[in-house]
Amino acid sequence: MRTDDLVTLLATGAGAVAPNAAARGYTAAIGWGALGAALLMGVLLGVRHDLGVALLLPMFWVKLAFVACLAATSLLAVLRLSRPGLRLAWVPGALAAPVLAMWVLAAFALMRAQPAQRAGLFFGDTWASCPFLVALLSAPVFAAVLWATRGLAPTRLRLAGAAAGLLSGAVGALVYCLHCPELEAPFLGFWYLLGMLIPTAAGALLGPRLLRW
Amino acid sequence: MQRMQETGRLNAGEARLRNLLLRGLAGEEPAYHAFLQELSAHLRAFLRKRLARLPDEVEDLVQESLLAIHNQRHTYDAGQPLTAWIHAIAKYKLIDLLRRRAKRDLLNDPLDEEFDFASASDTDAADARRDLGKLLHQLPDRQRLPIVHMKLEGLSVAETAQLTGMSESAVKVGVHRGLKALAIMIRGDA
Repeated sequence: MRTDDLVTLLATGAGAVAPNAAARGYTAAIGWGALGAALLMGVLLGVRHDLGVALLLPMFWVKLAFVACLAATSLLAVLRLSRPGLRLAWVPGALAAPVLAMWVLAAFALMRAQPAQRAGLFFGDTWASCPFLVALLSAPVFAAVLWATRGLAPTRLRLAGAAAGLLSGAVGALVYCLHCPELEAPFLGFWYLLGMLIPTAAGALLGPRLLRW
Repeated sequence: MQRMQETGRLNAGEARLRNLLLRGLAGEEPAYHAFLQELSAHLRAFLRKRLARLPDEVEDLVQESLLAIHNQRHTYDAGQPLTAWIHAIAKYKLIDLLRRRAKRDLLNDPLDEEFDFASASDTDAADARRDLGKLLHQLPDRQRLPIVHMKLEGLSVAETAQLTGMSESAVKVGVHRGLKALAIMIRGDA
């Protein structure tokens, strides 16, 4: 086929294209994924029984803000990485900011505490299960967000996969906040982050294979 | 002074092409046709410069990039420079080709030069080595028939649906998936 014929073939009946495909795709993916994560949590874990009390604690909102900031900035990263020719620019810095802020809080908490209490602040009661539960809850979002990314055109596949994984980890963690009893900054700054990094690593691993076009 | 004139010419070229694309995305078929036509000449110049050692591959890659740009046209952000978008897609397809050929020495070629819209564009469309027409006929009927009737014969969605007995949405999906499948077949055959 000559190139001119291909041009005619492609243009014929091409029709209009709805704008903002990326934003619409990710809105749907996050919506369905979060719904899946909420159902998983409802069935497997349940909401923490003292949620009403927790809602009054400032640290509960700090935790929620930490995870929500990571979700928002990783969404920005995915939106850029899934379309050709867009630069990440300041987004990596914005991704690091909530983590650094949580680490500063953690450092203060550890310095203020008695030496004997420090291990308790770091490990809490649920360190052994927290990262895996965050990763588990992120699974529906992970599948949905990778699917949405496949419908776009990422050119840096590993990075796009990692950003999609981090986004799903953050949304999973956001849902997990409703179950998790931990509120100490040293715990959140490590175990929550680790939980979100599990789908991030999975995304980086799968990206080059799943996102090719 | 000369440099300024060149930049001006480049910007004017980009602005015109961008205008054609945006009108095409809004559904104006002649504008979209003109966009692809002009784009193929620019892609040819761009890729010929970067595939100097593989001149036989140029036209195949022009076609592959055109198909990719068409299939991913919903990823263009109107606020973004068109050159950056086209450049990124062409580079992605170029690197994909070089990987497929596993020619390590070619990977060292500089790929970062600016996509120069002002440079002489290349309109003498040589024939590609790979025949997309033949690949097209390997698609399953539910994708091949909508493409043949709508895209080659120029029938409408409704006419194609009537002719094939498919629903109108199945016809649209068939065209869309068929062109994506074509891109995957190209990727697999090199």
